[in-house]
Amino acid sequence: MAANDATVAPPPRVSIRFPFGGELLSRGVVTLWLTVIVLIPLAAVLEHSLQDGLGEFWEAITEPESVAAIRLTLISSLIIVAVNATMGTLIAWVLVRDDFRGKGIVNSLIDLPFALPTIVAGLTLLALYGPNSPIGANLAYTKAAIVLALLFVTLPFVVRAVQPVLIEVDREMEEAAASLGASRRRIFRSVLLPNLTPAIVAGCALAFARALGEYGSLVLITGNIPFETQVASVYIFGRIESDAPTSAAAVSIFLLVLSVALLFALNLVAKWSSRHANG
Amino acid sequence: MPTASPPTSEGRAQRYGLRVVALGYLALLLVIPVAIIFVRTFEDGLGPPLEAITSPDGQHAFWLTLVCVGIAVPLNTVFGILAALVLVRQKFRGKMILNTIIDLPFAISPVVIGLALLLVYGRNGWIGQDLLDAGIQVIFSTPGMVLATIFVSLPFVVRETMPVLQEIGDEQEQAASTLGANAWQTFWRVTLPAIRWGVAYGVVLATARALGEYGAVSVVAGRISGETETLPLFVENEFTNFNLAGAYAAAIVLALLALVVLFGMNIFKRKESDA
Repeated sequence: MAANDATVAPPPRVSIRFPFGGELLSRGVVTLWLTVIVLIPLAAVLEHSLQDGLGEFWEAITEPESVAAIRLTLISSLIIVAVNATMGTLIAWVLVRDDFRGKGIVNSLIDLPFALPTIVAGLTLLALYGPNSPIGANLAYTKAAIVLALLFVTLPFVVRAVQPVLIEVDREMEEAAASLGASRRRIFRSVLLPNLTPAIVAGCALAFARALGEYGSLVLITGNIPFETQVASVYIFGRIESDAPTSAAAVSIFLLVLSVALLFALNLVAKWSSRHANG
Repeated sequence: MPTASPPTSEGRAQRYGLRVVALGYLALLLVIPVAIIFVRTFEDGLGPPLEAITSPDGQHAFWLTLVCVGIAVPLNTVFGILAALVLVRQKFRGKMILNTIIDLPFAISPVVIGLALLLVYGRNGWIGQDLLDAGIQVIFSTPGMVLATIFVSLPFVVRETMPVLQEIGDEQEQAASTLGANAWQTFWRVTLPAIRWGVAYGVVLATARALGEYGAVSVVAGRISGETETLPLFVENEFTNFNLAGAYAAAIVLALLALVVLFGMNIFKRKESDA
């Protein structure tokens, strides 16, 4: 601040009284609500998964049917992450850099999977890729159907993560590279892609976490065949229905730890990359 | 939109190719499947879908959905604003932990959420039997479905409000306070108007999730037709009973609600970035 501003003293900071009955009460209410709604139920899952000891816990998640379900879930989630990384970035690029009629409508359509109930998503996919497929592509009750449904529900994550970064990116670097004779492919790989990578990774992590737990869109389309098309969430549901809550709880905790660890790692990466960007 | 470098024919071809790939992908994944549902629903006229949706079970599912949304969304809105204020404007130990817990509903499978409620409020759960003895049935009944809906839609308002609160800072609140406004006046006249579009966006997202929740509700509902069936459960039930007209009709109702949500999202997002 310049010296001649010294006569104008900055306004003194007053401590604002917190609404909702003061700081302590409001903090208490928030903690209580989270405890009742989220923490106590999750604690019940953890307790239940371990109530017969660690041995039973291990047995529940290593029993062949659950291993198959977990493996299928992980593999399909990895596939959709790879597709989303490519197609999500491509769609974001088209929405930001390209210009065509109806672009606004296409842009709002991207959010449709977030707005559409998952069971309706499954039903609609079945209409095009089911037994009565008008194009003769019946994927119902196959592994391909799982990937398709997961692609549908996770579509917005990477697009919406990459889009704002692509808008902000400084185009001068790309133009400089072009004027130095770099090919378009080279410019994309060496100039644009490094800028987009953190956003792509963030979008992929969210898509992966969502895919791990997805249930609604898979119910109608995968047919729930053990060792074939039974993903982890459907397996857990089956265990609940057949009154085996302990084994359901064990697989649940396994999934939970996996996705929480992933989101935690994502937070660390985000913090790390923002520190390096500013430093 | 000005493009700096003059487009070469090779560049134009590449750009055109990418556009075709992107739009083709969206068409095959999103647009055509949804369009087919609309066509199939109305191919025999308005009669069958209307009949399915006005059947007693259909109507009951519709009202039960509204009850779940009508309780869960307002509660989470109040909680969301409060939690955002606490997390942005207060300093205390354990803030990081609180912040992480709020995200948990996003990281957990809906089926696991249903199981969690079952293990607390179910017959063999922590307090289920005690509640039953007191005459309160939670699982296989409306309270359980409402709890499941609250759980899955919890983070939206907090997450959309926090960045707005951070951005507006507290200078205006300081000023109001200096001029003698009390805490409530400051909140109603200064803070709330400044964050309203962020809150509205969060409410729209929470409503969409609450309306369409299937997995968590399905575990705790026990699917008793005409009793514990929301619209998404109704869709599944009609489909597995080979009543395609009913399934499609209910799906169309949900899809139209989704379009309204999409519209709301666009409006509030624009208002937010204009503000």
